[in-house]
Amino acid sequence: MSSHEHAASLVHRDDVGARMGMWLFLFTELLLFGGMFLLYSVYRFTNQAEFHLAAKELNTVIGTFNTIILLTSSLTMALSIAAIQKNNVNLSIFFQLVTVLLGLAFMVNKYFEWTAKFHHGIYPGSEELLVKSPGEILFFGLYYVMTGLHGLHVLIGMVIILFMTSFTIKGVITRDSYVKLESAGLYWHLVDIIWIFLFPLFYLIT
Amino acid sequence: MEKNDNHSQHSHGYGIYILVWLALMALTAITVTVAGINFGNLTVTTALLIASVKTYLVLTIFMHLRSEDRTFRIFVAVSIFFLLVSFVLLFSDYSFLR
Amino acid sequence: MSVDVAALSTNGHTSYIDFQGKHKGVLGWLLSTDHKRIGILYLIAILTFFAVGVTIGFFMRLELIAPGKTIMNPQTYNSLFTLHGVIMIFLFVIPGIPAIFGNFFLPILIGAKDVAFPRLNLFSWYLYIFGALLAVLSILLPGGPADTGWTFYIPYSVRTGTNVLLALFAAFVLGFSSILTGLNFVTTVHRLRAPGMGWFKMPLSVWSLYATAWVQILATPIIGITLLLVVIERVFGVGLFDPALGGDPVLYQHLFWIYSHPAVYIMILPAMGVVSEIIPVFAQRTIFGYKFIAYSSIAIALFGSLVWAHHMFTAGMSNTGQFIFSLLTMIVAIPSAIKVFNWTATLYKGSIWVTPPLLYVLAFIFLFSIGGLTGIMQGVLSIDIHVHDTSFIVAHFHYVMFGGTGFGIFAAFHYWFPKMFGRMYNIKTAKAAFWFLFIGFNLLYFPMFIMGWLGMPRRYYDYLPEYQPFHLISTVGSWILIVGLIIMFANLIYALKKGKVTAEKNPWGGETLEWKVDTPPIHENFHTIPIVTERPYEYKNNDLILNQEVK
Repeated sequence: MSSHEHAASLVHRDDVGARMGMWLFLFTELLLFGGMFLLYSVYRFTNQAEFHLAAKELNTVIGTFNTIILLTSSLTMALSIAAIQKNNVNLSIFFQLVTVLLGLAFMVNKYFEWTAKFHHGIYPGSEELLVKSPGEILFFGLYYVMTGLHGLHVLIGMVIILFMTSFTIKGVITRDSYVKLESAGLYWHLVDIIWIFLFPLFYLIT
Repeated sequence: MEKNDNHSQHSHGYGIYILVWLALMALTAITVTVAGINFGNLTVTTALLIASVKTYLVLTIFMHLRSEDRTFRIFVAVSIFFLLVSFVLLFSDYSFLR
Repeated sequence: MSVDVAALSTNGHTSYIDFQGKHKGVLGWLLSTDHKRIGILYLIAILTFFAVGVTIGFFMRLELIAPGKTIMNPQTYNSLFTLHGVIMIFLFVIPGIPAIFGNFFLPILIGAKDVAFPRLNLFSWYLYIFGALLAVLSILLPGGPADTGWTFYIPYSVRTGTNVLLALFAAFVLGFSSILTGLNFVTTVHRLRAPGMGWFKMPLSVWSLYATAWVQILATPIIGITLLLVVIERVFGVGLFDPALGGDPVLYQHLFWIYSHPAVYIMILPAMGVVSEIIPVFAQRTIFGYKFIAYSSIAIALFGSLVWAHHMFTAGMSNTGQFIFSLLTMIVAIPSAIKVFNWTATLYKGSIWVTPPLLYVLAFIFLFSIGGLTGIMQGVLSIDIHVHDTSFIVAHFHYVMFGGTGFGIFAAFHYWFPKMFGRMYNIKTAKAAFWFLFIGFNLLYFPMFIMGWLGMPRRYYDYLPEYQPFHLISTVGSWILIVGLIIMFANLIYALKKGKVTAEKNPWGGETLEWKVDTPPIHENFHTIPIVTERPYEYKNNDLILNQEVK
C-alpha cells in the first residue's frame, strides 16, 4: 500500500516524497509572486491610462529577447534531466552549464535594462519619477520590485544548478538517483513561468 | 495512497522537449505580434490566455506533471484555485468601488 | 485501534530523552533531527515567549486599571500592545500546537518514524529562533520597539521612526518557519502513513494538522511578500502602498488579511484537533461523526480563506464587497458549529472521567462558542460598524484565540505530558490551576465585551471614567489568570523533576497509536512499524453498553 518496504533499510529514500516537498515549496513561491500580481492587477485596474503611458518606457526588444533566453534555458534544463535518465552524464552536465549561462545572459540583459532606466532618471525616489502621475510611480515601483525579485530568483536558481552540476560531476546525481536535479529543474521552470506572466504584463501593454 | 514505486521513472525522449520549446517560441512570437494590435479590453485577456497556454506546456511537459501522480495535479489545481479565488474576491470589492 | 502487539513490546530500547546520537549533551538536542526532540525545543522556546507576552499583557492591564497615566507613558503603551500582539500571534499561537505537539505526535499518530524532512524540520526551528531574535532586537535597539500594532497598517508603518523594519522582517522569517513546518506535515501525511493507515483511519488531530498545513503553505507567502513590500517601501522609497506615492492603503489591508484571516484558522484548527482527540478518551466513547469532523477541518481551511475582508468593513470598501464578505463570513461558522455539535454528541451518555485535560477541553468548547458566536455578530455589517475597533473585538479575539487555542494548548500539554516525559503531574493542583485560569479568564475578558459595546475603543491609553469599573474588574481578572498560569506551570515543571515516574503506556486509556508505544517513546518511535487494522477511537465495550441502554 505504501512505501514501507523501504522502512527496514538504513536510509529511507522517497523520491516521490522529495518531489512532493519541492512542489509544495513551489506553491509558496507561486503565492509569493501571486501577492504581487494581486497588487499589480488592482493598481492597473485603477490606473489604466497611466500604466499604458508608463509601459512605453520599457524596451520591448530586450523583454522579448529575455523571454526567449529564459524559455530556452528551461528547455536545456529539461534536457539535462532527460540526459541523466539516459545515463549520459556528460551531456547532462553540458546542458546544466548551458542553462546557467543562459541565466547569466538574462541577468546581463536585465543589468543593461535597469542601468538605462537609471540613466533616464527613472528609479525609486528620483526627482524625475516623483513628478510623474501616481499611476506611473506605482507602475515603476511594481516594475522594479517584481522584476527585481524575479531576477533574484534567477540568481538563486543559477547557484542551485551549479551545485547540481558539482553533484553530477561527483557522482551524487546519477541515473538512479537524480531527484535533486529534478527538484532544481522544477524550481527553474517555476521561475520561467513567473516570467511568462511578467513579460506581457509589463512589456506588452503599450 | 500514492503510487507504490518510489523511484518512478518518467523519461521522455529529447524530441518532445524540443517540440514544446518550439511551441513556446511560436506563442511568444504570437503574443508579441498581437500586442501591437488593439483589441480594446480583449488585449489583456489574449495576453493572459497565451501566457496560460505556455504555463500549461511548461507544467505538464517540462515539469513532468503529465507523468506525475494524480495527487500532484490535484495539489497544483488547489494552489491555482486559491490564487484565482483571491483575485475574484479582491475584485468583488474593487470593481464596485465608486 | 488494534495493532500488532508483539511489534510494540519493550525490548530494551532507550527513550528519545536518553538516546545517545552523534552529539552529546546540549548539542545532542540542538542538532538533533528527531521530531520529538525538535518538539521539545519548540516547547521551551514557545513557552518562554508566552511568558514574555503574558508579562507585557499584565503591564498593559495594570496601566488601564485607572484613567490617565498609571505606570507608563503613552508611547510605551503603544509599543507594548504591538509587542504583545506580535509575540503572542507570531511566536506563540501560530506555531503553538503544530510546532510543539504536531512535531512530537504527528509521526507517532500515523505510525511513522519521523517527519518526511527531518533536517528541514530542525531548520524551521532555527528560523523560528532567528525570527524571534529579530523581534527581540527590535525591542532593544535604539529607535524603540514598533508602535504600529501587530497589523503594521500603512501609512503609519512607513512613517513611524521606531524599529518597524526589524519587526516586519521578524514576522517574514517566522512566516517561513511556519511554511516549512506545513510543507513537512503535508508530505509526511501523504508519504509516511503506516501500512493500513488509510485517510479515514487517521486520528482527527492529524486531519486538522493537515488542513492547517495547507493554509500555512498557501496563505503565509502572501503576508510574507506584503511585509517584504513594506520593507522595500521603507528602505528604497518605492511607491507601493503609501498614498503619498499613489498607493492604496486599503489594498495593503486586503493583502494583510488575505493571510491574517486564514491565520486565525492556522491557530484554531490544531486546537480543534486536540479537542477531538481528548473528548473520546475521557468520555470513553467512539467519536461521534468522525467524517464530519474530518471534512469540517478541510471546510474550515477552505472557507476561512474566503472571508478576509470582514476585517475592513469600515475601511472604505465597496458595498458589494462588504455584502459578499459578510455573507461568506456566515458560511464559515457552519463547519465550526458541526464540530461543536459532534463533540457534545460524543460526550452525551459517555462515561465521563473528569481529568485536567478534559476540563481544559470543556472550557475550550464553552469559551470558543462565546468567541465564535460573537464573531458571527461582527460579521453582520451593521453590528460591525458599531463595534469595529472597540474592545468588543479584543474580547472576541481573546475568547477565540486564548480561550480556544490557548486552552487547547494547555489541554494538549496535560493530556500528552505523561507520554512526553514519562512522569505524572499532580492532578489536584492541575485542577485547582484550571479553575483559577477559567475564572480569571472570564473576569479579564468578559467586561471587554460590555465596555466595547458601550463604546470603549481598543488600543486606547486613556478612557472616560465611566468605563473604569469594567477596566478594574478586567485588571483584577488578569491577576487571577496569572496566578492560575503560575500554579499550572509550576505544577508541570515540578512534575518534570519530582513527578511520579510512570512507564505505563496508556494512563488515560486512549485508543490512538501514541498510547501503544513506550513511555517516553523510543528514538524512532516504534520497534517495528505497526500495521493498522481499525479506526481510531474504537471503544467497543462502552459502546456496547450504551447501545443496550438506548434499547
